[in-house]
Amino acid sequence: MPRVMDAGDVARALRRMAHEIVERNKGGDVVLVGIQTRGVPLAERLARLIGEIEGRDVPVGALDIGLYRDDLAAHPMKELAETTLPVDVGGRVVVLVDDVLYTGRTIRAALDALTDFGRPAAVQLAVLVDRGHRQLPIRPDFVGKNLPTAAHERVRVSVSEIDGTDEVAIEDAT
Amino acid sequence: MKHFLSTETISKPDLESLLDLGDRFVEVLARPIPKVPALRGKTVAMLFFEPSTRTRMSFERAAKALSADTMSFSPGTSSLSKGESLKDTALTIKAMGADALVVRHKATGTPWRVADWTGLPVLNAGDGAHQHPTQALLDSLTIRRHFGTLDGLRIAIVGDIRHSRVARSDIWAFTTLGADVTLVAPRTLLPVDLEGWPVKTVDTIDDVLDGDVIYLLRIQTERGGASVLPSLAEYVERFGMTNERFDRLPEDSIVMHPGPMNRGVEISAAVADHPRALVEEQVANGVAVRMAVLLRLLGEEDVDV
Repeated sequence: MPRVMDAGDVARALRRMAHEIVERNKGGDVVLVGIQTRGVPLAERLARLIGEIEGRDVPVGALDIGLYRDDLAAHPMKELAETTLPVDVGGRVVVLVDDVLYTGRTIRAALDALTDFGRPAAVQLAVLVDRGHRQLPIRPDFVGKNLPTAAHERVRVSVSEIDGTDEVAIEDAT
Repeated sequence: MKHFLSTETISKPDLESLLDLGDRFVEVLARPIPKVPALRGKTVAMLFFEPSTRTRMSFERAAKALSADTMSFSPGTSSLSKGESLKDTALTIKAMGADALVVRHKATGTPWRVADWTGLPVLNAGDGAHQHPTQALLDSLTIRRHFGTLDGLRIAIVGDIRHSRVARSDIWAFTTLGADVTLVAPRTLLPVDLEGWPVKTVDTIDDVLDGDVIYLLRIQTERGGASVLPSLAEYVERFGMTNERFDRLPEDSIVMHPGPMNRGVEISAAVADHPRALVEEQVANGVAVRMAVLLRLLGEEDVDV
């Protein structure tokens, strides 16, 4: 199971992404929204890093997209995680944060969910890993690492808040 | 989970998982647009063979908040009055394309029979004096959201237990979740056979005023509840939640009622309007738990139980 990013790589990628988010938004106030489950701690870390650069608190939310999926029947929903948005997203720039961008279907569902909370001025997408194989016209704005993969492979992102360690690994699912 | 018919056999993990889902739907219902697309394309049919306003509307609201379509059936205007059998009615509604049936009937066991006849997921919305399991879920959720847990809580159910499907469902749900349940009723309003029920009984509400939850039931005149009482005044004297009794309750205790309330009988008007009477919260949580059950039955393909 080859490891493609270690804890240091993850930390450097997130720091660079934080700077890119600040630069793109020219210091305007953004709200970071992590997609459950592993997008949430990543969003919290990015918010902390942006806060350090900008010298202010950056609001962070969490979004569970289970109720918005288009494949509910194929992937039975066992549990829902919490959805919390700390501020009104209407009129603000929202940066969606997820661990892996793959088919784009999760992001499609997240956009639908977000829209039910208000009309953001803009939505941007930050992902730690882009592994390709998109099935929808969705592209990320901020990427930690581009990782070419085969469809039969699995990208496993571990974050210390949930898994006890920070790393990205590729597994063969076959 | 294929059906949701009774709280008597449901396991603690299954109950807790439905309550967890219920918590999520409380949040969904507080959103600016309190509606999610999870059950788009599904149709839920309401078969209420017994009059109901609140439960039917609560199920409809739950189905619609999940983007399911609903069909409704009222016995007064249907072919039942032309002599169509219950079975034919159920099969006809299945043939129209219903994906799940919500059934209320005055006869015990009807939802089980409808489930057998149709093979569709069935939600019991009340059968006779037997079970009303979504009421038990909403009551459990209301208590859990207030106290954080039911484990170790002392809950008294007061009133017409004999005719109450709410009591029968609550008793099993509350005790499965770890609460200690006491029934408070005149002998004539207790079930004839209490053997095997995980409860204690006392015969005046004054014996349970040190508890955490006082759950008041309505005297069900339509099921013969009033005929076995000497007088309503005497009932209030021994079983009513009066203002004086409310003042003797612990500060963090709560009062619940499944509605509709008889103000001045089982609950005084002032208590009914008190912030520690969670009657409106119960109603609001009812929509959330019915969403949880509908999603469990219709959002999953695997068939067991």
